[in-house]
Amino acid sequence: MSITNTDVRKVARLARLAMSETEIETARAQLAGIFDLIAEMQAVDTRNIAPMSHAQDVSQRLREDVVTATNQRELFQSIAPQVEAGLYLVPQVIE
Amino acid sequence: MTWEIVIGLEVHAQLSTSSKIFCGAPTAFGAEPNTQADAVSIALPGVLPVLNKGAVERAIKFGLAVGAHIAPRSVFARKNYFYPDLPKGYQISQFDLPVVGQGALTIQVEPLSGDAASAGSAQAYEKVVRITRAHLEEDAGKSLHEDFHGMTGIDLNRAGTPLLEIVSEPDMRSAAEAVAYAKTLHSLVRWIGICDGNMQEGSFRCDVNVSVRRPGEPLGTRREIKNLNSFKFMQQAIDYEAQWQIDTIENGGKIHQATVLFNPDTGETLAMRSKEEAHDYRYFPDPDLLPLDISEEWKEQVRATLPELPQAKQTRYVNELGLSAYDASTLTASREMADFFEAALAKAPGQAKLCANWIQGEISARLNRENKNITDAPIKPIQLAVLIGRIVDGTISNSAAKQIFDHLWTPSVAELIIGDSLEEVTRGIYTLIEAKGLKQVSDSGAIEALVDEIIAANADKVAEYRSGKDKLFGFFVGLAMKASKGKANPAQLNDVLKRKLAG
Repeated sequence: MSITNTDVRKVARLARLAMSETEIETARAQLAGIFDLIAEMQAVDTRNIAPMSHAQDVSQRLREDVVTATNQRELFQSIAPQVEAGLYLVPQVIE
Repeated sequence: MTWEIVIGLEVHAQLSTSSKIFCGAPTAFGAEPNTQADAVSIALPGVLPVLNKGAVERAIKFGLAVGAHIAPRSVFARKNYFYPDLPKGYQISQFDLPVVGQGALTIQVEPLSGDAASAGSAQAYEKVVRITRAHLEEDAGKSLHEDFHGMTGIDLNRAGTPLLEIVSEPDMRSAAEAVAYAKTLHSLVRWIGICDGNMQEGSFRCDVNVSVRRPGEPLGTRREIKNLNSFKFMQQAIDYEAQWQIDTIENGGKIHQATVLFNPDTGETLAMRSKEEAHDYRYFPDPDLLPLDISEEWKEQVRATLPELPQAKQTRYVNELGLSAYDASTLTASREMADFFEAALAKAPGQAKLCANWIQGEISARLNRENKNITDAPIKPIQLAVLIGRIVDGTISNSAAKQIFDHLWTPSVAELIIGDSLEEVTRGIYTLIEAKGLKQVSDSGAIEALVDEIIAANADKVAEYRSGKDKLFGFFVGLAMKASKGKANPAQLNDVLKRKLAG
């Protein structure tokens, strides 16, 4: 699979990353290398192997449904740029 | 030319856990902004999610209740998008390996008024709607767009609240079917105790996918109506949207996939300005969470906690108690209603039909009028049972029973019945019957005397009756009942009247 600079720009935009043209070219080359590696791995016959979703083959530990957190709003909001009436204020978002 | 409407639903049910899905912050509704938003909820750097066992249990419960496959191993994925009420920049959800697989829900469809698709057939019918999947995910926070001098206020209390997203197949063909499905699902999640179903508070939110096609053709392009929080709006929104799509196509237009919002004030659906690349969520397995394993043993433990389900109850009521399908479905509309019925029936054995009639008649009418739930009914199931017992054994007539019922509905009177045992309630109701002078007269001497008096006082009508005006019989029954103040045993009264009128 070949990746173009347009693809890189689109992914960068989705990830909200500002990239210069030079950086885009570097990223494209690096990503292309990764895709080559994937292509190589796809040649392996994995028909009878269940895909892993995590690097460690163990399962999730669960916590009991108990409230353990206390209200630390003041502490958390002390480092927020702007708060009002208990709310975090952010630049207006309009759909 | 006819059109077929095709509808599928995505329902977000908020799970009734005490704490959030990936952290120990509380989930109570209505708290002061951000007082229930801990370090995980606000996504401070370095925090890690730990999955809530209670949320998984509720998902398993739901899966078992709709006969679905419970995945022995399911995976959490990141759904990436940027919005200020999603502080991590991704929502933890499930993608290709959800916890609940394919299931089904049987619904009873009552045609809705003004529903074009079902106008021809006003008959209620049963239908099976397939459930595609149900997956666990976290809710986002809330954005408040007003009154912050050009800024948006963010409340993250809701961020991380556990949701079960329940996705149906596009199996519904009218607004009536979609509403019936949503209502059945709403009743089920409350029945099995996984969601409080409070639609005003957003605990049960519906997204409805609507498309239209000529019967037999492939599926049309769908538009998704977002965030419907009432069944009435759902019906209105679907009716409007389907007609809009039909009109658009008939006028030579084309439907483009879009997300639309329903405006309750205008009754219209309107496309949201589509965010560029809105659907490019770039899902991938969340490296912070390991796969979720659900053992056969755990599944069976959860199964053991499931109550008898509405569908099974309905079948049992019809087959074992001899109730009609309609009665059975009304009595199982909520678990509280079914519990009330079964508690009454336990104390009035063999009187299923009478118990059903009273609950669906007098009790439901009053609850509706007073806008109450059956759990708030002043009359207790055992009181209803004893009352029914007195009708059956002939102590009181049906109309006298209604008067007693009135008294039982009045808290000050209901309190006169002290105690909950069968003996105590029976004694209390007898006292009430005596006190109100409602005991039925079954003394044949008294009834004969009463009838004699009426016959003597209405010689002209008696003559008419005897000359063949049979319809007058009801007139005599009325007079006799009035004279007895409604206390005469109706069957006995009929016999005596017939005999004496015959001459």
